[in-house]
Amino acid sequence: MLEVANVSRSFGGRRALDDVSFTVGDGRMTGFVGGNGAGKTTTMRIILGVLSSDAGSVSLDGRALTPADRALFGYMPEERGLYPKMKVAEQIVYLGRLHGMSRAAATTNTERLLDSLELGERAGDTVESLSLGNQQRAQIAAALVHEPEVLVLDEPFSGLDPIAVETVQGVLVEYAARGVPVLFSSHQLDIVERICDDLVVIAGGSVRASGSKEELQSRHGGSRYEIELSDDAGWLRDVDGVTVVDFDGGYALFEVQGGQADAVVQRVLAEALQHGAVRRFAPEHLSLTQIFKEVIR
Amino acid sequence: MTATRPAAAPRFPAPRFSQSVWLVAQREMSMKLRSKAFLISTGILMLAVLASVVIGGLVGGMSSAPKVSVVEGSSVASTVQAIQGLDVRVAPSTDAAEALVRDGTVDAAVLGADTGAGASGASPFTVVALDSAPTAVVQALSVAPTVQLLEPSDQNPLIVYFVALAFGLVFFMSAITFGTTIAQSVVEEKQTRVVEILLSTISARALLAGKVLGNSLLAFGQIAAIAILAGIGLLISGQTALLGSLGPSIIWFVVFFVFGFVLLASLFAATAALVSRQEDIGSVTSPVMMLVMIPYFLVIFFNDNALVLGIMSYVPFSAPVGMPMRLFLGTAEWWEPLISLVVLVVVTAGVIVLGSRIYANSLLRTGARVKLRDALRG
Repeated sequence: MLEVANVSRSFGGRRALDDVSFTVGDGRMTGFVGGNGAGKTTTMRIILGVLSSDAGSVSLDGRALTPADRALFGYMPEERGLYPKMKVAEQIVYLGRLHGMSRAAATTNTERLLDSLELGERAGDTVESLSLGNQQRAQIAAALVHEPEVLVLDEPFSGLDPIAVETVQGVLVEYAARGVPVLFSSHQLDIVERICDDLVVIAGGSVRASGSKEELQSRHGGSRYEIELSDDAGWLRDVDGVTVVDFDGGYALFEVQGGQADAVVQRVLAEALQHGAVRRFAPEHLSLTQIFKEVIR
Repeated sequence: MTATRPAAAPRFPAPRFSQSVWLVAQREMSMKLRSKAFLISTGILMLAVLASVVIGGLVGGMSSAPKVSVVEGSSVASTVQAIQGLDVRVAPSTDAAEALVRDGTVDAAVLGADTGAGASGASPFTVVALDSAPTAVVQALSVAPTVQLLEPSDQNPLIVYFVALAFGLVFFMSAITFGTTIAQSVVEEKQTRVVEILLSTISARALLAGKVLGNSLLAFGQIAAIAILAGIGLLISGQTALLGSLGPSIIWFVVFFVFGFVLLASLFAATAALVSRQEDIGSVTSPVMMLVMIPYFLVIFFNDNALVLGIMSYVPFSAPVGMPMRLFLGTAEWWEPLISLVVLVVVTAGVIVLGSRIYANSLLRTGARVKLRDALRG
């Protein structure tokens, strides 16, 4: 488990991170979301030790991180970069060897990764001759070549087409399934929602919410319910303690208030059954975008 | 669902400092050796060195014996033929001897003084030349007074000039070529941001050391190849005497170059790390360029000035040129290069410490140029 505890960092008087704490569990795909300038990149740089923190600590399985531990991390920085004039495979082998791999092991892993990222055909081309999307895949291969024990990826999906997103997603999920903690940031909340197990929301340099995706959804969507009936749902307006937010024939979105919320919900369901067939009855499904907007407000 | 973590023992042991340095150095060298521009310019430089040594030797050998003509059976003919260092042609008559001068076959005709209005006690020869006095012929026929030099110089001033030019030029070219390569390589990593991946893997010190090592090895290789070529050139063109007097200086030059170059390389890397774009390299490294250029000009203009050479031979930036020059001239005591080398090594070590500090503190600051004071403070 990767743990970030009480990390703060200022740049020339401006506080970029303020007491940031969260954990990335083993085998958990953890989405790291926040607006521009919220502190995602700074946090990731501090985790990797590329930047030092003013206060706080980063630990892996309860031990403070050493440079040797960090050599086992896979990192994809926000600002992409590989040597433009080096060949793709050669470059990834080089990075693998810098991590302590033998040439043979680095070569094997490079070939396997480039194939699974569908970049095998371009292995002998220079990086500068690749399209941006393919450069991005090469970048991901560079972060994974040494079979990292922790993955920290800053915006791994930016600049990828939907097919490439799925390819990359598949590779990352496979990594998480091995028990590797994966922390990735993204602005594409729909992708995050689809693939993450846990979520950390950061705004203005401090963590606003963190936990599993389901936890956050129930915490923030608790008071609204959706109902869909075969008949008109107009009677809902007369139920005590219910405020209808949205209404369209058989469909209604309503909010329950007060301490008796659970009882009110049960009463609504019982009454609905008397009015006819109930097609759907559930707490409102909050999209990540909605939660995000609510949390950072 | 929490999966178990992989085994605590790392799959790949983190590389030692020396391994990281060597990997970086290897990459630097292979990228440079892959550059066609570098290979071609090195080839041209090597050819130029070999050609200048060989052609210099051949030209020197050809101009050694001036040609003269004498009249067959004249009183001076046998005397002139006995003089060493003259290429003598025998002509049947005075007119024929003069004709050889006119058509350029010989430099001069040597006739007996009795054919002219010779005064007693004067030279027994009359030298007939075309349009100017043939100095070499006159010298060969003259009786030279004994010359005693109070401060003899072992070396011909022209050769001294060329040796100074060679040391200056080779150091200058090599330092500029590989210094610029290091600067570009540092900025390339900053500009393409690959440095962030590198720094999350190895330390800034290992990265810097690898760059300096890789480029230094290439520079030493080039210098050694030039030194060997010059030696071979001197041998095959028969200039063994010059090789004997130049040899020790060349060896000292290579030794001083090793440390002097590492010093400059660290400075190039540290200053280049202050900027993030290739376009800014020129302005930020110009003070270092000055340090490379000043010794070059000084040794060319002041190679006969003992005071300037003396100072140059101890200042770390010019010692690689100044000290071998003094050794060649024979004006340095045996212990002087050792002291100068110690000064150079100490200064180099200090610069490496400062340079790696500047380098490590500037690498991740992209965008505007980093102020030197900020880079030193960290």
